[in-house]
Amino acid sequence: MKKDIILAGVGGQGILSIATVIGRTALSRDLHLKQAEVHGMSQRGGDVMSCLRLSSSPIASDLIPSGRVDLVISLEPMEALRYKHLLAPDGRIVTSTEPFVNIPSYPEVGTLLQELEALHGTVMLPCEEIARRVATPRASNMVLLGAAAPLLELPVDAIEDGIRDIFAAKGQQIIDSNIAAFRAGLEASQKS
Amino acid sequence: MKNKLLLLGDEALAQGAIDAGLSGAYAYPGTPSTEILEYVQTNSLARSRGIHSHWSSNEKTAVEEALGMSFCGKRAIVSMKHVGLNVAADPFVNSAMTGANGGLLVISADDPSMHSSQNEQDSRFYADFAIIPALEPSSQQEAYDMAHYGFMLSESMGIPVMVRMVTRLAHSRAEVETELEPRDENKLCYPENARQWVLMPGNSRVRYKELLELRDSMEEASEISPFNRLHRGTDRRLGIIASGIAYNYLMECFPEGCPFGVLKLSQYPVPRKLVAELADATDALLVCEEGQPFIEPRLRGLLNRGPKVYGKLDGVLPLTGELTPDSVAEALVKIAPELASKLQPKLRKPSKIVAPRPPALCQGCGHRDVYAALTAALSEFDSPKVFGDIGCYTLGWLSPFNAIDTCVDMGASITMAKGAADAGQHPAVAIIGDSTFTHSGMTGLLDAVNENSPVTVIISDNLTTGMTGGQDSQGTGKLEEICLGLGVDPLHLHTIDSLPRNFEDMKKLFASELEYRGLSVIIARRECIQTARRHKKNA
Repeated sequence: MKKDIILAGVGGQGILSIATVIGRTALSRDLHLKQAEVHGMSQRGGDVMSCLRLSSSPIASDLIPSGRVDLVISLEPMEALRYKHLLAPDGRIVTSTEPFVNIPSYPEVGTLLQELEALHGTVMLPCEEIARRVATPRASNMVLLGAAAPLLELPVDAIEDGIRDIFAAKGQQIIDSNIAAFRAGLEASQKS
Repeated sequence: MKNKLLLLGDEALAQGAIDAGLSGAYAYPGTPSTEILEYVQTNSLARSRGIHSHWSSNEKTAVEEALGMSFCGKRAIVSMKHVGLNVAADPFVNSAMTGANGGLLVISADDPSMHSSQNEQDSRFYADFAIIPALEPSSQQEAYDMAHYGFMLSESMGIPVMVRMVTRLAHSRAEVETELEPRDENKLCYPENARQWVLMPGNSRVRYKELLELRDSMEEASEISPFNRLHRGTDRRLGIIASGIAYNYLMECFPEGCPFGVLKLSQYPVPRKLVAELADATDALLVCEEGQPFIEPRLRGLLNRGPKVYGKLDGVLPLTGELTPDSVAEALVKIAPELASKLQPKLRKPSKIVAPRPPALCQGCGHRDVYAALTAALSEFDSPKVFGDIGCYTLGWLSPFNAIDTCVDMGASITMAKGAADAGQHPAVAIIGDSTFTHSGMTGLLDAVNENSPVTVIISDNLTTGMTGGQDSQGTGKLEEICLGLGVDPLHLHTIDSLPRNFEDMKKLFASELEYRGLSVIIARRECIQTARRHKKNA
């Protein structure tokens, strides 16, 4: 098993929580893992990405070579497209469709979504809207994780255990809300 | 039986130090090194043992504090970003002269590609210059293991040891096997060689000779280091020296094993015997090293008459920015074109509509309001100059603010504004954050006080060290007293809340002090929006 994933978004959106859940899950299944994160200046509202590599054999590089990315998971549609050229031939994108506009030169949203749709196998869903419906807007990252879950080759139960694990200190209500968001994302992606 | 943890490179190093009997961790926050001390602060064993982990005012004070702990026989680490080592250069270089008693690791985290820094300087030059060994982990596991090994090396040679981190390792997470039984801390014990801790010329001359002799043992330790390994290849066209994290990128290119000879290098001084062994067995050498060329120019020498050497200096690898698996693959293809099909997959075209998204000051950040009022007040003058500093507020250079003219190093705002005022510039404004002010601004302010320089200093106080994620700021609650203590005229020392509703008051205050032809200090205060949110959540 080998999965090379780029997690993308805008600083502050919560991509690192997605990485943390996948990381916990992978570790509990004795997989090897490397995850390069962005800290510091770039976190202030700029584009952020994290390379997350899972494998049943040891992993050499913390960064993923271009053209070998299996999956881009993005909390923002333009940020998903930023890494399009790094995808492997059968690589896929799972992204939220909701734009985060904090720059004047943000492209036209329709064109953006069209380009994403034209790529083979893209999974697109309004994560924040779904999160608001079943939990709280803050849980949109767990909606996205749910949508990506079928492509991760990790058992859904194990990912849910990972979610329980990382939110354990915050109480049952937060755990339930994040699990609900995760399941809603999973369900939405299976319908699409 | 070992424990398995998922740790950043920074955290692995900190955990390794704790498990190896650490007694004190010292640091000033700086990307990509901040997480080292933060980890010690929250680690349960470190807390139960009462291991020191308070932030220091700057890197110089941090190194000196760590050296003091080492003097008393206990194990200490001091961590900083690469440019922080410039600030700490005096105690750092002289700590090679005093030597270490308790194990002392000086951790310097380089930032190639300048993700969050003003330059790409390579800390290995400092280790070489000071004549101390350096360790450069290639993985999180090595970072963990090197803490223990580094302390042993430091104590056996009586010398501080540098650990050179780079951004990609510092901020990348992987599984790390840790010891279940942490080592006890050292007991208090004083140096046997008391003389060399008093660096008066007579003592220094004796010690310097010893240090130069010790260098041979340092290189000998590199030759037999468990972190330096020579793999013999089957294809003698090329031998590759891969240091630190570059080794990972090389191995990524050859999942089934590298046909070329490889010297994995993670301990310095460079082991010349191992290098010679590789060179003798191959026709040419490629040097893959993260950061500035350090090994490569030594290999080439001034005359460059030795074996063929590929690397950064001939453009086979890029001279700037961090290495990537792509750039290492490209270098290999340049030398051995038949590898292209295996190493360089055909890429899709990048999207044409994606726009750059640079970082920006947060919405609701007080620095925004300071810049808005300052820009308005300065619009009355022909050629105002604003000397900036290091922190979130450096983002004030970007539009829509376009509010600062310089950013050089910690504390340079006040001193450069003073120099500009000395040259006849008016208005000369300095803008500096609270943490940067206590790091390196106070001494410069004393210069300005002593000459009553016509400079307007704005301390934009967000009650934290913001850019690195909100660490305690050493001057919180003391800034007015510090300024008065340094001799700032109370009539020209003001405090104002940097809130949107205070725009007019702030603008008026700035305008009146800009007119004053002497030194004034305005403390514009508002808690960082990020830490304020966190405090609210935790309340």
